[in-house]
Amino acid sequence: MASAVGSRKALIPAPRRPPDRFRTLTAVVASTAPVLLVVIVAILFQQAGPAVKHYGLAFLTGVDWNPVTESFGAVPAIFGTVATSFMALVIAVPIGVAVAVVLAEQGQQGLRSVLGTGIELLAAIPSVVYGIWALYVLAPWSYEHIEIPVSDHLGLIPYLGHPAVRGLFNAALVLAVMILPTLTAVSRDVIRAVPRGLRENAIALGATWWETTWRVILPAARPGIFGAVILALGRALGETIAVTMVIGNRYEIPPTIFSPAYTLASVIANEFTEATGTLYPAVLIELGLVLILVTLTVNLFALLLVRSAQSRVAV
Amino acid sequence: MNRNARRGYMSGASLGIMYALTVLALIPLGLVLWFTASKGLSSVLHPEFFTNVERPVGVPGAGIAHALVGTGILVGIASLMAIPIGVLTGVYLAEYNYARWAGWVRLASDVLVGTPSIAVGLFAYALVVAPFHHFSGVSGSVALAILMLPIVIRTTEGAVALIPSGLRESGLALGLPRWRVSLQLILPAAIPGVITGALLAVARASGETAPLLFTAFGNQHFSLDPSQALQALPLTVYHYALQPYKSLQDQAWGAALVLVVMVLVINLLSRWVLRRQIRLAGQL
Repeated sequence: MASAVGSRKALIPAPRRPPDRFRTLTAVVASTAPVLLVVIVAILFQQAGPAVKHYGLAFLTGVDWNPVTESFGAVPAIFGTVATSFMALVIAVPIGVAVAVVLAEQGQQGLRSVLGTGIELLAAIPSVVYGIWALYVLAPWSYEHIEIPVSDHLGLIPYLGHPAVRGLFNAALVLAVMILPTLTAVSRDVIRAVPRGLRENAIALGATWWETTWRVILPAARPGIFGAVILALGRALGETIAVTMVIGNRYEIPPTIFSPAYTLASVIANEFTEATGTLYPAVLIELGLVLILVTLTVNLFALLLVRSAQSRVAV
Repeated sequence: MNRNARRGYMSGASLGIMYALTVLALIPLGLVLWFTASKGLSSVLHPEFFTNVERPVGVPGAGIAHALVGTGILVGIASLMAIPIGVLTGVYLAEYNYARWAGWVRLASDVLVGTPSIAVGLFAYALVVAPFHHFSGVSGSVALAILMLPIVIRTTEGAVALIPSGLRESGLALGLPRWRVSLQLILPAAIPGVITGALLAVARASGETAPLLFTAFGNQHFSLDPSQALQALPLTVYHYALQPYKSLQDQAWGAALVLVVMVLVINLLSRWVLRRQIRLAGQL
């Protein structure tokens, strides 16, 4: 529409149009979202000021956590956040991509819409409900049926011993369930955006369904699926309540994948209301700042990947 | 021929495995629903669970009335902030989608969806709680509104973009100014989609715990005052679930059941509204 107006202007002098005040007004209102994003980061940075000044970069390499002596380091929390998120991805990605392939297929709309609705409802369930379920059902089950057998048979392998009901692995398990809908929904859209022609050509050449999917569709959709995985990673990094309820809340780098640990978000959730003085709350806000900067970067990267994948495929 | 048969089997088997994985992915949904229903039902069956407030451990007749009302107030105030801003932003994105600023707004709202809710809670704490020196419902609503905003924006944009441009063009051809075309012609036609977005945002906000921990904070008593600490349903689930007392854990399951039913009903409702919208837009 803009171009139509532009070309008309070239032929005859355009009449003076009144300024579009509605456009200005809505543009100003629409600034809320970007402004909020900037203000959130700025305010957290300002509030974390005392801690940033006091500890400097040593905060990001320290491993202590002692509010009494005011000796703080972020490494165990960062480690816990990254470790749970990556383990969750390892569990969720194969399942999520398989579900996306099934949901993106043509035909059998009835069955597929039921399955799709189910996956979307998985996203609607509040995090605290996953938390209580993980605490009383999933974690005890996984302790008995996964962790104990694994450590009995494979315990000699490093990092596979010391089962615990609340720990890194069980937190990753519930995270995997929680990121599955994001992973599936975005991957499905990316796979659907693969041009029909590619699929039809492969079938015309005599490829089976599996060969078409594995050698044609998935390679074409790979950048977008990678974007979906990164987007899910962003969700996993920031997830708070369910993880807090099952990770065991121990501030150390865990010796095995089953051991109790801590994440950036859980430390804040557990300790912020009890933090006294000026330095302790500031330290927790700095953890929040680290968390938000990492997730923002990850999300931005993922969004750009998904968008470029979709626009490239669409051309 | 033998090789081709093997390829066929391989293809069929992998299709079967993928369907099996899809079913596997849905098992947690079934398990979560089953356990909240079976463990929460005994609490929910007592009518006083919905009319009474917190009682000391061991005293029968405890309820979640204060949490239900608190969640209502928190989400209500958050909606008053997020929905008007979100709808206008969505209209802007759809009506002026060629504007360069629209691209930035869209990116910002997509990034905002993935912002950790605990960090938003810290922000609301620094902005509202710290200057007034006490926890308040309003600060919780601010945090929830920030989480609702991007959902309202993107669903409104989608709904408005669905309206055929013929409607817009006929309005403009009749000499209506842009704002009347957008707000009195396009927006009413897109209203079911806008409602869908608002409902989804309300569902998301009612289930959030992390941003309320140090904003609304929780309250053992019945309170209607948003300038003071308020209880919320997810806070009840979180705090009671971690208690060693069976009666409190049962109440946590009961509250979780109420929460799940609420969120699922809102979601299914919004789905139904959206389907109507798509049908209506097809008729325009």
